[in-house]
Amino acid sequence: MATAVMTTLDPKSRAASRGMSDLAIRNLFIIPTILFLIVFNIFPLAYSLGYSFTDFRASTNAPANFVGLQNYRDLLNDPYIWNNFAVTAKYVIISVVGQVVVGFGTAMLLNRDIPFKGLITTLLLLPMMLSMAVVGLFWKLLYDPSWGVINWALGLGKFEWLGDPRMALYAVAITDIWMWAPFVMLLSLAGLSAVPKHLYEAAAIDRAGPFYTFFRITLPLVAPILMIAIIFRTMEAFKTFDLAYVLSTQPSTEVIAIRLYKMAFQEWQTGRSCALAYIVLIMVLAITNIYVKYLNKVKER
Amino acid sequence: MRMSLTSILAGISLALACGTSVHAQDKQLTIFWAEWDPSNYLQELGNLYEKETGVKIVVETTPWADFQTKAFAEFNAHGNAYDLVVGDSQWLGAASEGGHYVDLTDFVKEHNVLDKMAEATVKYYAEYPGGSGKYWAIPTEGDAVGWSYRKDWFEDPKEKEAFKAKYGYELDVPKTFKELTDIAEFFHRPDENRYGIAIYTQNQYDGLAMGVENALFSYGAELGDYATYKVDGIVNSDKAVAALENYRKLYEFTPPGWTNAFFVENNQAITEGLAAMSMNYFAFFPSLLNESTNPNAKNTGFFANPAGPDGDQFAALGGQGISIVSYSDNKEEAMKFLEWFIRDDTQQKWAELGGYTCNKAVLESEAFQNATPYNKAFYETMFKVKDFWAVPEYAELLQQFNQRIYPFVVNGQGTAKEALDALAGDWEATFKKYGRVQ
Repeated sequence: MATAVMTTLDPKSRAASRGMSDLAIRNLFIIPTILFLIVFNIFPLAYSLGYSFTDFRASTNAPANFVGLQNYRDLLNDPYIWNNFAVTAKYVIISVVGQVVVGFGTAMLLNRDIPFKGLITTLLLLPMMLSMAVVGLFWKLLYDPSWGVINWALGLGKFEWLGDPRMALYAVAITDIWMWAPFVMLLSLAGLSAVPKHLYEAAAIDRAGPFYTFFRITLPLVAPILMIAIIFRTMEAFKTFDLAYVLSTQPSTEVIAIRLYKMAFQEWQTGRSCALAYIVLIMVLAITNIYVKYLNKVKER
Repeated sequence: MRMSLTSILAGISLALACGTSVHAQDKQLTIFWAEWDPSNYLQELGNLYEKETGVKIVVETTPWADFQTKAFAEFNAHGNAYDLVVGDSQWLGAASEGGHYVDLTDFVKEHNVLDKMAEATVKYYAEYPGGSGKYWAIPTEGDAVGWSYRKDWFEDPKEKEAFKAKYGYELDVPKTFKELTDIAEFFHRPDENRYGIAIYTQNQYDGLAMGVENALFSYGAELGDYATYKVDGIVNSDKAVAALENYRKLYEFTPPGWTNAFFVENNQAITEGLAAMSMNYFAFFPSLLNESTNPNAKNTGFFANPAGPDGDQFAALGGQGISIVSYSDNKEEAMKFLEWFIRDDTQQKWAELGGYTCNKAVLESEAFQNATPYNKAFYETMFKVKDFWAVPEYAELLQQFNQRIYPFVVNGQGTAKEALDALAGDWEATFKKYGRVQ
């Protein structure tokens, strides 16, 4: 079918009148894209895989020596790296669960006839339109124990949101939830408005309770689109850098992307940081795969 | 069609003609530095150079957080965007071994830089490896860590009386770390929204290390032997342990949430009236005297880093030297600029503009020492400064320092001895990895 679309070129079109064949036009569009992908994505990816087996440092002129799996071995034996992964996992869970609960909840509230619905939805979307670094700087001020507005509003005195190592990760996650729950809300809202009304009517006739209606009608029908939101947010949360970097320097908030940044661009351990980047890549791929499998299952239902 | 083609060609040739003629007139040197006031002063100095020689000087800047990354990204790509770089002292190893800096040893010897500049500044801003007699930079912005304090709090007769009653001696500018700690404790009153002291705690780069060094060096301890790379028994010596314990004690008297503090936060501690004393680089003191940026400007005083229990008195070095980038297309011109820059009259102007000169004659002059309330403390400090490792792998050493020391200082985890023992182990392993020790 695809070829059928490709091969029919309107004989009256300008391209045809210039004597360009269908194939020429197809190539004109596709080859630059593929070249771009190869030069800027695939080539660096393959090249850095090579580096990950060397002790290469970009900051020196010393030649790179092949060290085999040494980088991977050292990284996987480093308790600090494991701590970074544990912090990242904890952060992903808190932040994504928070976003789904808040985002889906807000969508449920908005999925009815209320005045100014459009305006409210637009205003709720504002946080995710801001830059991550700017949000980080704002929230750093909001969390400040001496003059921050959060402690003042909640009457918490001098509570140290970012200073307390046990609280800092939650504080970063709360900021992330504030910023990205609207994204989940938006997708959920699209899913909710697509649920056929007659199903609810049928449920009402059968005297189904609100919980039953929610778990048997609403949730299953919104699940595929909610899963897409979760996949996006999980991948993003796994790669989080800006927010955590700007907000806090506690070891308990040093997610893997921060460690990777320091290793690559402060310490210039290019070879080792390539290896770490590959470990992260494999993990993200694995997690995404599980999600996608689950998503397909949900869709089949 | 023909018309438009001719006009386009004419336009292009005109542009080319202008371009080349502009190029022939304007020789330009680009200097890369971080975004702060001294860069503006250097630009002003550069404007004077342009008036004298016709060579345009452009000082390009980037925020501090980005400075190292951007400079080394350019070096690693062998880029010619910058002719000169005013680089951090720790970069010397990486930049010289990496071939990014031009060797200035002959220049330094020919122009007597060693006699002209304060000894410690040449040692730390220019020489690598330490003691080798090879030079890679010209000391430019001298800097070290000093202290600012609230004069009005210190001079309040009621406070003086209460202090004497509690500690048995007069409340005055601290001369020792013990006095510093006592005063911090004395002024620490969370219920009055007043705190004792502001110190560096940021662990993203060298903030925490600079802060701890102030205690460590004044306690007579060292980070290691910079010639033999021996660290065990030095960085975890009894003196070092005592110094780190003292730093942890000071942390207890900081304002709430002081877990990510570096130069910006420490100046805020004074401008917001939070702390009685605050550690900071001298380069950040001018804004504390400016009433538009510091409402307490009139009541702000300054002192040098106090001595340790055995009378040793040192401070952590900040500041930078200027180096010529190997990949520059204008190395000759850059050399000429450096020749002009080290002249005594230029250094005098540099100081007048607000730059922290390292020129001995200027530093020792009465005029300089009385120019601001902190210049005298600066002068005293610049002759007793010490610095972090300058080896190419310094950033790894910093990272290990942060990983081991931060949990103890800020979160009170473990003991000072445990933290420093672990650090000595990490550093030893790193030096082994790079073949510096067997």
